[in-house]
Amino acid sequence: MAAQNPSLSSLEADVLVIGGGSTGVGVARDAALRGFSTILVERRDLADGTTGRFHGLLHSGGRYAVKDPSAARECIAENRILRVTAADCVEDTGGLFVSTPWDDPEYGDQFLEGCRATGVPAEEIPVAEALRREPRVNPDIRRAFLVPDAALDPWKLVWGCARSAEEHGARILPYHRVLDLEVDGDRVVGAHVRSERSGEEFRIHATVVINAAGAWAGQIAELAHCAVNVRAGMGLMIAMNHRLVHMCVNRCKRPADGDILLPLRTACVIGTTDVFVPDPDQTEIRQDDIDLLLDEGEKLVPGFRQARALHAWAGVRPLFEDTAKVADTRDVTRSHALLDHSSREGIAGFLTITGGKTTTFRLMAEAAVDAACEQLGGPRPCTTAEVPLAGSESHTLYQISHRLAAREPVPQSEEIICECELITRSRLEDTIKQRDTTSLDDIRRLLRLAMGPCQGGFCIYRAAGILHQGGQVDHAGANQTLLDFLEERWKGVHPILHGDQLRQARLDDWIFQGILDVEHLPV
Amino acid sequence: MNDLIRDSLDHCVKCTICETYCPVSQVTPLFPGPKYVGPQAERYRGAGPSADSSVDYCSGCGICTQVCPQDVKIAEINSRARAKLWEKRGVPLRNQMIARPTVIGRLGTPVAPLANWALHNRAVRGLVQSLVGIHRDAPMPSFAGRTFQSRARRHHGPAGAPAVVYFHGCGTNYYEPLVGEMVVAVLEHNGFRVIVPPQDCCGLPLQSNGNFPAARTYVRRLVDRLAPHARAGLPIVSNSTSCGLMLKREAHEILGIEDADLKVVSESMYDLCEFLLRLHDRGELRTDFTSLPMTVPYHAPCQQRGHGIGKPALDLLALVPDLHMIELDVDCCGIAGTYGLKKEKYQISMAVGERLFKDITATGSDLAACDSETCRWQITHGTGVKSVHPIELLYRAYGLDRRARAGSVSLESQTARVSG
Repeated sequence: MAAQNPSLSSLEADVLVIGGGSTGVGVARDAALRGFSTILVERRDLADGTTGRFHGLLHSGGRYAVKDPSAARECIAENRILRVTAADCVEDTGGLFVSTPWDDPEYGDQFLEGCRATGVPAEEIPVAEALRREPRVNPDIRRAFLVPDAALDPWKLVWGCARSAEEHGARILPYHRVLDLEVDGDRVVGAHVRSERSGEEFRIHATVVINAAGAWAGQIAELAHCAVNVRAGMGLMIAMNHRLVHMCVNRCKRPADGDILLPLRTACVIGTTDVFVPDPDQTEIRQDDIDLLLDEGEKLVPGFRQARALHAWAGVRPLFEDTAKVADTRDVTRSHALLDHSSREGIAGFLTITGGKTTTFRLMAEAAVDAACEQLGGPRPCTTAEVPLAGSESHTLYQISHRLAAREPVPQSEEIICECELITRSRLEDTIKQRDTTSLDDIRRLLRLAMGPCQGGFCIYRAAGILHQGGQVDHAGANQTLLDFLEERWKGVHPILHGDQLRQARLDDWIFQGILDVEHLPV
Repeated sequence: MNDLIRDSLDHCVKCTICETYCPVSQVTPLFPGPKYVGPQAERYRGAGPSADSSVDYCSGCGICTQVCPQDVKIAEINSRARAKLWEKRGVPLRNQMIARPTVIGRLGTPVAPLANWALHNRAVRGLVQSLVGIHRDAPMPSFAGRTFQSRARRHHGPAGAPAVVYFHGCGTNYYEPLVGEMVVAVLEHNGFRVIVPPQDCCGLPLQSNGNFPAARTYVRRLVDRLAPHARAGLPIVSNSTSCGLMLKREAHEILGIEDADLKVVSESMYDLCEFLLRLHDRGELRTDFTSLPMTVPYHAPCQQRGHGIGKPALDLLALVPDLHMIELDVDCCGIAGTYGLKKEKYQISMAVGERLFKDITATGSDLAACDSETCRWQITHGTGVKSVHPIELLYRAYGLDRRARAGSVSLESQTARVSG
C-alpha cells in the first residue's frame, strides 16, 4: 500500500514499541538509553489507557505478600528504585494496613510473615498510634501495620519517561494507530500505522517490534497471527474531594473490592473492583459497584458516604493467563509476562510484554529490552534503575504542597485559570505550546486541569479560550474540544452525583447551559 | 474523628462570594483571598508542614464564613492553617507578646504613667517597631493605672437582687475600667446584682496568632472560673464582642475544645447589648431614658456577625429620645484584634479601614459608637473621632452619669486614650 506522505512514507528503527502506557514508554526509554533507535506509537494519547486510570498506588508489595510472593518481591524492589529515579512522580505517603471489624485480625500474622518472607518492610504499630497518624480511620480497627506504600502520579511518570526517551533520540508518536503488522515470512518487520490527527498512513520498519499494548496486547498479537491470552479486568475507582487520609490505607485481608483508600495529589481515591470484561474499550460504570465502593469506604473511614465524591472512572488491568481460564480475576498473578513469539509461534522480531503493574513497569521494560537485545546483536546493559527521569534529576520527592509553594513568592501576581488545581495562565500556555495539541483532555492529563471539585465548571471555558488565542484551534475547534471535554467529564460525574457534588453540578449546569448555551455552540 | 471544619470545604462550589467580600484581599496583593487560602489551599495541606505563609495575611475578621452561602467554615479553616504554620515554625516573639494582654496589662498597670509615656513617645515606638515589630503608628491604648477588677472588689451591689455574671475582658480591665463601671451601673439600674468573678484572658489573641496550645490553656482557666456560675443558671454578659464570641463558639469550633464546662458557659454567654435587648423584648428593661440630642455614627464590628444576633445596640439606642444613630455599612475597620498592630500589616489594616474612616468623618460627628474595644481604638486612630461602647450612650441616657459620685464625667474621658 502506498503511503500518502513521502517524507513519512517509511520510518526505520531498531525497535518499534506499540502502546503508550507506562510499559510502552518504559520500553521506549530503556531501548533509547541503550542506544537503539526507537519509535513508539500509541493509538490515543500517552497514558490514556490503563496507566492513566489506575489508582495511583506505588506498591510496597504488602498487598501481594501473602498470595503472590513474586509480585511482592518485584514491587518492593521497584518501589525503592522509583523513589530515586522517578522522585518527582512519587509522594512518600507511607502505607497503613488495618484490620477493621470486618477483617480477621489473625490475617495480620500471615501478612507479617508474608512481608518478612518477601522482604517488604512491615511493622505492627499500636492502634492508638495508627489513629494518631490517621484520625479519620475507623476507631474500631484492631491491628495496624506500616509499610512503605507511596502515591505515584501516572501522567508525570509516563511523560517523564517519554521526554527522557526523546532526549535519547526516540520518537514518541501519540495518536498513531497500528493498522497492521508487516510480516515477512516468519518475521515481523514493522507496522503500518495511521496518524489519527492528520489521517496520514505510513510504515515503520523495525528489527524488533515490542507489543506493549497491555490489555489490548491480544488484539495487536493477532495481527501477526500470534495468540496472547490477555484478559481485561475492569476496576472501578472514585476520587473524593480532599484527602480523607494522608497515607495509603489498605484493609489487612486478602485483596478484595474496595479495600484501599489512598491520597493521590489533591484527591483521595477509593478502589477498586475487578470484573472480566470482553472488550477493554467497553467499560461500564454500574451503580452497584459505586455503592459497593462507598460502603467499603465507610468501613475504612466512618462518614465516608457524606464526604464529597468528585468523579468515578474505570480502568482495565491486563491480566495474562497462559493456559486455563480462571474464574476470579484476583487469582491471576500480578507478575508480568514476556512472550517471545519466535519460541512460541516461530515468529521472529516480535515480543509481547504484558500483565504486571504500573509499579513494576521499569522491570517489565528491562526484561523486554533484554530480550530484544538478543535479536539486535547482543546484550547491552540496562541503566533505567540508575538514570533519573526527566524532571526527577534532583531526586526530590513530590509533596502535596508543591503547587501552593510555587504560588507563594507573589501570591496574586498571576491569573489562575484552574483554581482547584492551581494552574496559572503561563503554565497552561506553556503546556499547550509544548504539546502542540488541540485537545483539552490532553492538557488535563498533563496538568490535572479541571480535575478538582468544580470539574471544569470555572476553568474549562477559560482554557478553551486560551487554546483558541494561541492559534492551536479555530473557533469551531475550540468549541468542539470544549464539548468533547464536557461529555467526557460528565461520564465520570453523573454516576456519583449526590450531596455537594450535585450542588456543584447544578451551578456548573447553569453556567454551561444558562450563560454559555453550550448546546448551541457553532462547531 | 469528626473534623467538621475541614470537612466543610466539601461544600465549596467556587462561587467566589467570599472573595468579593474579603476586606483584606481588596487592599493587598499579599493575601490571595479567602477562597484561595481556605477551601482551595486546604486540599494542598497534607500531614506535613504547609507551604503557604500567605494564610498569615488573613486578618481573621470572619466575614468570609458569614457570607458563604454554602456554609464553608472559611475563616476557621484559615485560622487552623495559621496555627499549623506557626506550630512548625514557632510563633514569633512579637506575636507571643501581643497575644498575652494579661501579661502586658499586669506589667503596665503598676507603672502606668511611665508605660503610657513610652507608648506615646515617637522615639520609643520607633525602637519598639524595629526591635519587636509592632508598628510605630499602630493604635495602642493607655493603661488606666487601676484595674477594673480592683475597682469591682470595692464595689457593693444591691443584695438580694437577681444576679448576672460579668465577663469584662482584658480591654476593660486594664484600659477602660470606666466602661466596666458603666456596664455595672446600667445592669444595677435594671435591678441586677453584678458578680465579677476573678478572670483572665480568654485566649483569643493567642488563637489568632496561631498558638493554639496556649490559647486552650487560657480558655480552660477562664471557663473554670465561669462554669460554676453558669451551672447555677446565671447569665454571663460581656461587653467585648470578640472575647464573648470566643466563649460562645470559637473555643469549641476553632480550638476544638470538647468540654462540658465550656458548653455550659457557651450557652450562658450573652453579648451585653444582646442581653439588654432580650430584657427589653420581655418588657423588663427600664426605659426611663432622658433625651440625648446627638447624631452618632455606629459601626458594628465584624466579630459581631459571628454572634448571629444582628445589631442589638441599634435597637437599644433607638429607645433613647432624640438620639439619632447612623448605621454604617462598612464591614471591617481593619484592626482585627492584634493584626493591625504588626509592622508588616499596619498599612493593610489602615487601608481596610479607610472607607469606614471616611464615612465616619463625613457624618461630621465628633463621636462614634462601636461595641468592640480594638475597633474603637482603630476608629479613633483613623479618624481622630472619639469612639465609645454603646453602653456609654445608654449610661448617659439613663442619667447615671449625673448620679455618679464624681458628678460630671464627660463621655470622652471614659474610653482609653489611644496612642499612635
